[in-house]
Amino acid sequence: MTINLTLVIVMAVLYACGIYLMLERSLTRVVLGFLLVGNATNLLIILMAGPTGIAPIVEDPAADPSQYTDPLPQALLLTAIVITFAVSAFMLALIYRSWRLANADDVSDDADDVALRERAESVLLEETSPDEATTEFLPDGLDVDPASLDEAQGRQGGERA
Amino acid sequence: MIVALAVLALAGIALPFLARHVGSRVFVAAAAVALGVFVHTLLLGPSVLAGGSTIPLERIEWIPQLQLTLDLRMDALSWLLALIVTGIGSLVLLYCGTYFSRTDPAVGRFAGVLIAFVGAMYGLVIADDVYLLFVMWEATSVFSYLLIGHYTNRRASRGAALEALITTTVGGLVMLVGLVILSVQVGSSSIPVILDETPSGPLTTTAVFLVLVGALSKSAIVPLHFWLPGAMAAPTPVSAYLHAAAMVKAGVFLIARFAPAFSDVPGWRITLVALGVATMLLGGWVALRQTDLKLLLAYGTVSQLGFLVVIAGYGTRDALLGAGALLLAHALFKSCLFLIVGIIDQQTGTRDLRMLSGLGRRMPVVAVVAALALASMAGIPPLFGFVAKEAVLHGLLVSGAPDAGAGDPVAIAAVIGIVLGSTLTVAYGLRFFWGAFATKPGAERTPIAERPSALSAVAPAVLAGASLVLGLVPQLAHVGIVEVAAAAPAADGAYDYELALWHGFGLELGLSVVTVVAGLGLFLIRARVEVVQAFLHSGMDASDAYWRTMSGVDRVANRVTTLTQRGSLPFYLSVILGVFVVGTTAALLAVRTWPSEIRLWDTPAQVAVGVVMIGAAIAATRAEKRFAALIVVGVTGFGMTALFAMGGAPDLAITQALVEVVTLIAFVLVLRRLPARLGDRHGSTRKVARAILGIAVGLVMAVIALVVSASRTAEPISLAWPTLARVIGHGANVVNVALVDLRAWDTLGELAVVIAAATGVASLLFLRGRIDALPRVPRADLERTVRERLERSSENDTTQRSAWILAGLTLDPRNRSILLEVVVRLIFHAVIVLSIYLLFAGHNLPGGGFAGGLVAGLALVARYLAGGRYELGAAAPFSAGALLGSGMLIAASYTFAPLLFGASAMTSTYVEGELWLLGEVEFVTSTIFDIGVYLIVVGLVLDVLRSLGAEVDRQGRGGGLTVGGDLDATPVGGAR
Repeated sequence: MTINLTLVIVMAVLYACGIYLMLERSLTRVVLGFLLVGNATNLLIILMAGPTGIAPIVEDPAADPSQYTDPLPQALLLTAIVITFAVSAFMLALIYRSWRLANADDVSDDADDVALRERAESVLLEETSPDEATTEFLPDGLDVDPASLDEAQGRQGGERA
Repeated sequence: MIVALAVLALAGIALPFLARHVGSRVFVAAAAVALGVFVHTLLLGPSVLAGGSTIPLERIEWIPQLQLTLDLRMDALSWLLALIVTGIGSLVLLYCGTYFSRTDPAVGRFAGVLIAFVGAMYGLVIADDVYLLFVMWEATSVFSYLLIGHYTNRRASRGAALEALITTTVGGLVMLVGLVILSVQVGSSSIPVILDETPSGPLTTTAVFLVLVGALSKSAIVPLHFWLPGAMAAPTPVSAYLHAAAMVKAGVFLIARFAPAFSDVPGWRITLVALGVATMLLGGWVALRQTDLKLLLAYGTVSQLGFLVVIAGYGTRDALLGAGALLLAHALFKSCLFLIVGIIDQQTGTRDLRMLSGLGRRMPVVAVVAALALASMAGIPPLFGFVAKEAVLHGLLVSGAPDAGAGDPVAIAAVIGIVLGSTLTVAYGLRFFWGAFATKPGAERTPIAERPSALSAVAPAVLAGASLVLGLVPQLAHVGIVEVAAAAPAADGAYDYELALWHGFGLELGLSVVTVVAGLGLFLIRARVEVVQAFLHSGMDASDAYWRTMSGVDRVANRVTTLTQRGSLPFYLSVILGVFVVGTTAALLAVRTWPSEIRLWDTPAQVAVGVVMIGAAIAATRAEKRFAALIVVGVTGFGMTALFAMGGAPDLAITQALVEVVTLIAFVLVLRRLPARLGDRHGSTRKVARAILGIAVGLVMAVIALVVSASRTAEPISLAWPTLARVIGHGANVVNVALVDLRAWDTLGELAVVIAAATGVASLLFLRGRIDALPRVPRADLERTVRERLERSSENDTTQRSAWILAGLTLDPRNRSILLEVVVRLIFHAVIVLSIYLLFAGHNLPGGGFAGGLVAGLALVARYLAGGRYELGAAAPFSAGALLGSGMLIAASYTFAPLLFGASAMTSTYVEGELWLLGEVEFVTSTIFDIGVYLIVVGLVLDVLRSLGAEVDRQGRGGGLTVGGDLDATPVGGAR
């Protein structure tokens, strides 16, 4: 099968520019990049249709079906175009919300992840101390500290090997 | 047996509910259930011991697809364990009734889990299939976890539960690998088949050792022993049952089960004897140091489990006889001792032997019971522990392994280890009795809360009594246990040993005497022993190693998380795209299929459009202002429209053009709220790296396009579509017929995506519920006002300037465009008619539901732009959600309606007829689906307008650019 070089080049440039924009931190640019990538992908699909022909509207039932532009990618693209619009509308709503809430239209690093990274070395792990209490019949208390228990009972704490 | 298993499982479910009504008396019911199973098991005894074909066997298919069966078989070993499990289980459950407070809300859960554990353990010992065995094995681990962690509010309790769970589960998983290897080698998962076939070779050796890892972890053998002392955080009845009698015996059980077949596997004996002796000595030595009675018993249990592993692992007939006897003896005396510790703790509030003094005189019954159990532990006649130990020593001394005969060095080493270990056992046994009951000089008498209730002493007394009875009449035990040992190979003439109290003067008796005397001596010089203990104590133990490992795992997990989870969108995207580029390039290098021919273009006009699009795309990356960037991106979209139009795709061209317009407007609606310049805060960073990645992706995509088009060899299926469209879909526009008929399922899914996105937009803007109803001015009022104004159109006052649209007068005069209003008024209805035409014509001509819906949406856009949100409310007096929902309802009804007529979903049909004025009309039912599409697309546009337009206007009042200005406070013409 042959391929249309012009459209391949256009597609490649649209991808390159779209990706470049999507890697930005500005949400607006990300969405614009998304639109470029969307257009590039639509081009890729239409490229796969092969050589162009006439519009696939059957006027003469006996006509050779290969004279039409392949209708299959067209059906895919038609819904893809509408969905691209729907998703970019959603992203626009995200931009607007972000602007309303934080007065910013950029994606900053997730605060929790950054915090985790900073605490990584000194993170508190749930360690258990061995059961120092020498009785099961503790006064109702949460996570009883053996020292305070000893005080409460007026006894000396048990020693564990 | 299956019935018994089911009863135990049901009891586990039912008891918590029962406990809500009867409180801690629920344990009586639980004990009765366990006792019932005990009696049932006891009654099976004759047929079990007769052996051969009378051995009870039950098979039920469980998951046939996985060859999983519920195969239960009770041979002598299973029978012995089942009696221990259910008998001691029922005694411990009875004891629990006095142990827990009557009103403790947790008793229901505790009783349920404990009886369920009985069931799991019972299932474990009678399982005849390795996978069933594994399932039960892990079930006991899980129930053990729940029981150790019974005091959920104590941190030590939770940590110990987790420690036990992780250790035994990891061991269990290792064991599973071994079991899988064995069952694959043999071609059956049945345990008797595996034991009969006795495969051999390096793979079998590996598998057997993997199984041993599981057994040793469960039975707390060095170096996996640390979880057992930790598990003492459990309530004491749990320790008495799980960690003395039942669960820890599972490993010994498995070793005894495998020993007859596999004890000649290279390394089996030496490994088990070495680890067993090490465990026995370590446990005994550490037990001698404990001041907490319960921990003393725990380390003593570790020691005794080592003892059991030595003798069970040795695996000859007489050794197994000794192992069976010792297993029973240990279960009896150790659970008894734990229960006594429970009584002491309950009465005095401590288990610290340095604080206990003078209990013996005040709890004489308890002291006597404890003395009996301790005597059995120490191996003093006439108790059963003595009988068992005699049998063990005989098994090792007299009848060595078949290949080594008597005097096997491994057996000699084992005997030496056992004598040393037993000496320690005698010493810590005395220490226990002295610590618990003696009156110590200088210590005041420990206060006792109340006299121990007679009921709580029943269970320990029964257990100690059993030790005594079996010691006096060892034949009772012999009849059962001799069958346990029957399967094992034996040295010549060694079949005649019987469990008995008196075998005459022999080496065994001599060793027993030495042991007791040495143990007594060790106890008497305990002060000096303590000094040595303190000197040797390193402060480092296996539990520390465990916790260090666990926190190390946590730390590594933390590092890995922070390394990969940067929280940065560009980082994630870069990683994804980088993998894409590298991975795809690698794949493409392997393919090397190139197109046979490359066309430069289809029409030269494509080049012109392409150049414009390339220029626009590059400009988009350099644009500093929002609107400029938007416009150049829009240019590429319109370029696509041109390419579609040139490429024989009119439907795409129409749709793309319409979507491009709506997108531009939606962007403008949002961007009007944002500053004009882009990237004020972060600017553009890492331009070079981003450009490289972008270009790489572009190049890879170009190569993909080339390679993929060259790889295409088959006839496209779409060649059949023109015919199919005509015959099945009754339409000429193949693309539209594909959407609503040939590939309508795809469209249905895509409609769902559109609805989800539209709902997402609305939910981001309307935070407190979907307040879909726009501000509405009564239509009649508006119409009247407009008419009046139109009649007075000669007036020149700008504030009273005529309104051409309904909500025109709600607008700030400065923001009004009379030209726009006039145009909108003139074209709105025409555009709506056009959209409906497109909808219906689409079946045969370019158009269809998508295009029609977008046109109608654009008409609404025009109304909104000219008249603001009041105008939008007047133009579309219904909620966008209703529109989306009814569209989906129509599409879905069309999809499923044919099912009612017996046709498959989405079958279309058509009617032809004469219609007045229009002449011959053809109606294809798939048009109904297209109407659904139309409504959903209109709903989408309306949702975007209401959210990004009207709602943003409302939220942004008082600043920025507002479509239609803002005169909400003083609406003209009766607006409220």
